[in-house]
Amino acid sequence: MPLLVIRDLHASIGDQEILKGVDLTVNAGEVHAIMGPNGSGKSTLANVLAGRPEYTVTKGSVQYQGHDLLAMPPEQRAREGIFLAFQYPVELPGVRAWQFLKAAMDAQRQHRGLEEMSARDFNRLLQEKVQQVEIDPELVKRNVNEGFSGGEKKRNEILQLALLEPKLALLDETDSGLDIDALRIVAEGVNRSRRPDNAIVVVTHYQRILNYITPDFVHVLMDGRIVRSGGAELALELESRGYDWVKEAVS
Amino acid sequence: MVTPKVISRTTTSEALDQGYKWGFSIDIDSDSAPKGLNEDIVRFISAKKGEPEWMLEWRLKAFRFWLRQKQGEPAWANIHHPVIDFQDIIYYSAPSSKKDGPKSLEDVDPEVRAAFDKLGIPLNEQAKLAGVAVDAVLDSVSVATTYQGMLEKAGIIFCSMSEAVRKHPDLVRKYLGTVVPYTDNFYASLNSAVFSDGSFAYIPKGTRCPIELMTYFRINTANSGQFERTLIVADEGSYVSYLEGCTAPIRKESQLHAAVVELVTLDNAEIKYSTLQNWYPGDKEGNGGVYNFVTKRGKAQGRNSKISWTQVETGSAITWKYPSVILQGDNSVGEFYSVALVNNYQQADTGTKMIHIGKNTRSTIVAKGISAGHGNNTYRGLVKIMPSADGARNFSQCDSLLVGDQCGAHTTPYIEVRNPTAQMEHEASTSKVSDDQLFYCQSRGMSVEDAHSMIINGFCRSIFQELPFEFAMEASQLLKVSLEGTVG
Repeated sequence: MPLLVIRDLHASIGDQEILKGVDLTVNAGEVHAIMGPNGSGKSTLANVLAGRPEYTVTKGSVQYQGHDLLAMPPEQRAREGIFLAFQYPVELPGVRAWQFLKAAMDAQRQHRGLEEMSARDFNRLLQEKVQQVEIDPELVKRNVNEGFSGGEKKRNEILQLALLEPKLALLDETDSGLDIDALRIVAEGVNRSRRPDNAIVVVTHYQRILNYITPDFVHVLMDGRIVRSGGAELALELESRGYDWVKEAVS
Repeated sequence: MVTPKVISRTTTSEALDQGYKWGFSIDIDSDSAPKGLNEDIVRFISAKKGEPEWMLEWRLKAFRFWLRQKQGEPAWANIHHPVIDFQDIIYYSAPSSKKDGPKSLEDVDPEVRAAFDKLGIPLNEQAKLAGVAVDAVLDSVSVATTYQGMLEKAGIIFCSMSEAVRKHPDLVRKYLGTVVPYTDNFYASLNSAVFSDGSFAYIPKGTRCPIELMTYFRINTANSGQFERTLIVADEGSYVSYLEGCTAPIRKESQLHAAVVELVTLDNAEIKYSTLQNWYPGDKEGNGGVYNFVTKRGKAQGRNSKISWTQVETGSAITWKYPSVILQGDNSVGEFYSVALVNNYQQADTGTKMIHIGKNTRSTIVAKGISAGHGNNTYRGLVKIMPSADGARNFSQCDSLLVGDQCGAHTTPYIEVRNPTAQMEHEASTSKVSDDQLFYCQSRGMSVEDAHSMIINGFCRSIFQELPFEFAMEASQLLKVSLEGTVG
């Protein structure tokens, strides 16, 4: 059974339809890249899958592990193993990052019938992951995303990815605004989380990150539809020929 | 002189509201005065406590003053409630198994002991609250005080107010009413006339109180009011951290609580006073709940002395409370840290007054208001710099957080500066728990309720940091419980 099956997905924000019939199948063990010009609906797709309430699904279906994903509230999707790395992570004033991470961990463990982690075990695990994703250990003692630089915010998302070990990770333009070192670290974090039993969907505008994360499939999203799919080589072609080339080919 | 006596049995009505887990009442005989208030009731209370003549005289003066306050209750606060019938309240109620209080902790009525156990306040000197001396007040009287022996060795007096009046009359007479005179306000006058018990603490010169002192107030009897009076005196160079907690059973009718707390610090002394106020807030429709009209004030009388109030107000149908500091001594410091949460139909009008008299006096105000449901929350604060207060400084910060769109948040700061050397800072903010914040938490697996609780706890962090550790944990839990059912 595929991990994720999207059929004819339509979604709107307000009166504006953004997704206009997306079809996509993702199997465990695969990495998919969703590329496309600005405003094509890439981020919307990632956010709809995570359950962001501003979006309304008007048509179509999403099966996740054989269940109706769209019927689940966002927290249940997370507990079932879906993770969204945010393009613009919000600040939570007064909430310590480690405390936020532990609450997330506890909520997900509880859902799986596991006990809460002791503070000591959690801290050990957290330190291990902090080293892996090369973030400043002081960051987890600070308030969530408060005063973090753009790069720190993105790395903090990857720290959560490493910690929560989701089955389906959705990276929403995690590469945007990163310098080359930060990009490498983020990409390594993603690669480290690749396992045969999980899948990663990388939403990106640029081919750059795909130099580090080699996708099994590349899809081009335009005007709310996937207009072209291919292997890793498609990304390189896009890089050299631009999106206009696909646009012309489609029309 | 009449000696009215009514034996009443209390009943539980836990079904009224499942959310408030402190809402049980115990079924004990109580020895109560009949409803209503007149001079005979004042005499009755005084006689019950075996008070000396001077104490009775003071009560009577207060009572007569209260009667003359024609204007009645203060009307300036941003609160609304039906007219209180002061003749429909029981002014004295005590568990009848005791006369002058149990001689030792072993003498405490097992029913009473079990009730306090259930509240998480075991009346023995082990268990959960080991290391905190507790004075447990049920309705009108103190039922037990722990660790008295240990404190006595350090020269510290910690006992019920009734006991203090009998055993330490000189100290009580010297300080009672010096910070909050019986003429202060309507409720302070009422309290001075009928106060039934409360706690008294005296920390002698140069002594650092080795453990936290705590008073736990519990209303049990229906239709009764609680009018406790607390007086804490920190002599030169001493320090004490004092905690106050309170709960009440769930009842359909509102109950009145009108307390007075007075603090005095002499040269170089410090009092840190922390409150978790969790009186029954009323049900979801706003029926019942405690009317909490409290006068709390400290006088930083000595040089370099410090008074710090920290309060977490989650309970009560109405909270009317302004813990204040009179900064009389040069270089004295006053602090007020507050979290006030209103939900359903709760109303809070709370804040502080910082009166700067001495030179180089400093005050800090950090008030966090959280409004949810149909709750209405007002911060009201006064910073007054008198002409004598050269070099006075104040920092005030008032933050409001709104949950939902049916609630209200108001900030009413008053600043009076009569000395040009004063430095004043005031910051204020109003924010909402944003959908983005909630979604971020949810997308990590947290429920909407847990997400709210985490965001609101974060909002209150700087206040909780001021609380002793056990209290901070409890405060965080209280916020969570108080918000249940408002979100999601």
